[in-house]
Amino acid sequence: MHELSITRNIVAIVSEHARGRRVRALQLRIGALSGIDVPAVRACYALCVEGTPLDGSRLDVEEVPGAARCRGCAAEIPLSAPLGVCPCERRALLDRTSGDELLIASMEVEDV
Amino acid sequence: MCETCGCEGDGAVVHHPGGEHTHVLPDGRVVRHSHAHEGHSHDHAHPHPHAHAEPDRHRFVRVEPLGVRVLARNDAAAARNRRELASRGVFALNLMSSPGAGKTTLLTKTLPPLLARGPVAVVEGDQATSIDGDRIAATGAPVVQINTGKGCHLEADMLHTGLEQLAPGPGTLLVVENVGNLVCPALFDLGEGARVVLLSVTEGDDKPAKYPHMFSVADLVVFTKIDLLPHVDFDVARARDAVTTLNPRTTFLEVSARTGAGMDAWIDWLDARRPTATEPDTTEGDTMESA
Repeated sequence: MHELSITRNIVAIVSEHARGRRVRALQLRIGALSGIDVPAVRACYALCVEGTPLDGSRLDVEEVPGAARCRGCAAEIPLSAPLGVCPCERRALLDRTSGDELLIASMEVEDV
Repeated sequence: MCETCGCEGDGAVVHHPGGEHTHVLPDGRVVRHSHAHEGHSHDHAHPHPHAHAEPDRHRFVRVEPLGVRVLARNDAAAARNRRELASRGVFALNLMSSPGAGKTTLLTKTLPPLLARGPVAVVEGDQATSIDGDRIAATGAPVVQINTGKGCHLEADMLHTGLEQLAPGPGTLLVVENVGNLVCPALFDLGEGARVVLLSVTEGDDKPAKYPHMFSVADLVVFTKIDLLPHVDFDVARARDAVTTLNPRTTFLEVSARTGAGMDAWIDWLDARRPTATEPDTTEGDTMESA
């Protein structure tokens, strides 16, 4: 359940950036290979925002699919797990190109 | 013009549930608002009778781009630990494994010979109790126990607390025994110089494939309890292959804390990481922040 401390971190970072304004919504980008379970983040979010400027806010999560470039054939292939094999069958190393994201993209704050 | 409320501006308008909509203003600002309709009611199929520039009727919501990495705080704390360790002349290693892989047992057998070669200190992470800390203390090594409570891993600021309490001197090997867990500790950089992952042969050689994050950050993978190999189906070569696929730069050792097999190579590996006691790296000492 590292999602609990991840979510606490998210709420702390956003509270700081909000500088006292109320946060209405939050946009996260979470990669499929980041090791973060999105439903668990949602469950933790509901608890972590209590009593913070994010209380009652909407959580938008953009899930970023995993991808990697094959060093054998230079093709970019989708990657659903951290371990993968390119269809070119050269069994070359894969360099991760996306899916590691764990980013607070933006927030919607009440403009005062 | 916004077809819903008549707001001026040629930018994109995005509608949200509950009558809210987002405008991109000519100056590039993005605002999101809804209209309060005190004193009158109408649906949004026809234009508004009120002018748009009445701020008291609008609750503006501004979209602010942040682009902040969630782990940025921990990573900043880890960077501070790294500077502080370097200025103290201390090498830290983060020892991780699933519960029961034998971290504490391996340490209790490792510490006496390692202490004979130079200073060693231990930060012991556990969810509760000081059982493991007491076992380590019995070896004579300075130890601080950090109970994470419900937390399933150590974070960089916790290690900083441990570092302050232990105040290790130059040439010290600081062994951080993380909470037994193959998932969460992989995400949290502590500022350590090396990550060591233990895999006991009773766990199965498919562990690297099942917990790829942990094995892809390992500098050294130590197979433990190898005295049990004749009794289990663990295939060391297959486990090594799986780790190498994830992380080609990992190195491997095989030990049995019970029989002592492989212990010399393990202790040599640790001792080789020890900074030269006479030459702590003070180059970055003046950039250290105070706690």
